[in-house]
Amino acid sequence: MTYTWLYAVARAGPDPLPPDVPDGVADEGPRTVTADGLLAVVGSVPAPDFEADALQRHLGEPQWLERTARAHHRVVTAVGSRALPVRYGTVYRDDDRVRALLTAHADGFRTALAGITDRTEWGVKAYQERTDPDAAAEGDGPPDDRPGTAYLLRRRSARDRADHALTDAAERARQVHRALAGLADRSTEHPPQPPEATGVREPMLLNGAYLVHRSRAAEFAREVTGLQRLHGPALRVELTGPWPPYSFADLPTGEAGAAGAAGAAGPTGGDAE
Amino acid sequence: MSAYDLAPELRQRDVALVDLLDRVLAGGVVIAGEITLSIADVDLVRISLRALIASVRSLAADGPTADGPTAEGPVAGGGAAP
Repeated sequence: MTYTWLYAVARAGPDPLPPDVPDGVADEGPRTVTADGLLAVVGSVPAPDFEADALQRHLGEPQWLERTARAHHRVVTAVGSRALPVRYGTVYRDDDRVRALLTAHADGFRTALAGITDRTEWGVKAYQERTDPDAAAEGDGPPDDRPGTAYLLRRRSARDRADHALTDAAERARQVHRALAGLADRSTEHPPQPPEATGVREPMLLNGAYLVHRSRAAEFAREVTGLQRLHGPALRVELTGPWPPYSFADLPTGEAGAAGAAGAAGPTGGDAE
Repeated sequence: MSAYDLAPELRQRDVALVDLLDRVLAGGVVIAGEITLSIADVDLVRISLRALIASVRSLAADGPTADGPTAEGPVAGGGAAP
């Protein structure tokens, strides 16, 4: 028995699916399901691996998560820019449910598709660039007769400098976001990634996503370069992309409110809040 | 042929998993909370992100850029990882 994994939704057209779409999350060949002038790119995945419980278990396996997340991304990317990317882990019992989804929300899908046409997502992250305050304080201060006091004073002034530097960098990160949002049709911020996840020790102060029209892509990239130069020593700015517009492509099904709706029923509630 | 080929000089070598998860998992990897998977259009399953964060962390530590002292973190949260 199989379930139907959903990758992307596009307008149905004469050129359904590029011939070179790679294998999907379960090494299956992606295919299409159509209804109401819309086309869904889907894959058949084995139910035992993609049942709710099994998925939950699998998501705790780093290799499985990485393999399937990358496979999902490869398919979405191959389908191309006219498609609305669907979030990872959207699984339906069968193709009929997908058709029902397309039919029930046809207008919403068309609106969402119009909103991303000719646009791509860019990611911009900014980290504080830190100069080691201890190192700066170490050298100065000649030896004196009250080394303990001098040490404490040095420590305190180093801490003050560090606080100030962080405040300054955070404000610069806000400026970066504002400048880039001005060039984007839409923008949003993901929560900053923790050092444990990035492997970068400096704090991330911005994890922005920007939906940018193709005609502005070059300008956007230039702006990122310019902002890096402008905020140079305090802030390190990193551009990623282009991405499929994942951050701007919620399904028009009220899924955005799903988190709240599921909250009542969720058996595995908030262990991290 | 896809539009993601534009501006090739800006392409990253490889998509960082953590950046990808920010985008493909609703809510992002770092929110202290859960992601929602929509299964079978009505049944919604909530999955604790603690295991995911542990996953990402261990992947980051194993990653190609092993130049940082990333593996020393004291955190060993809700480990699915052995």
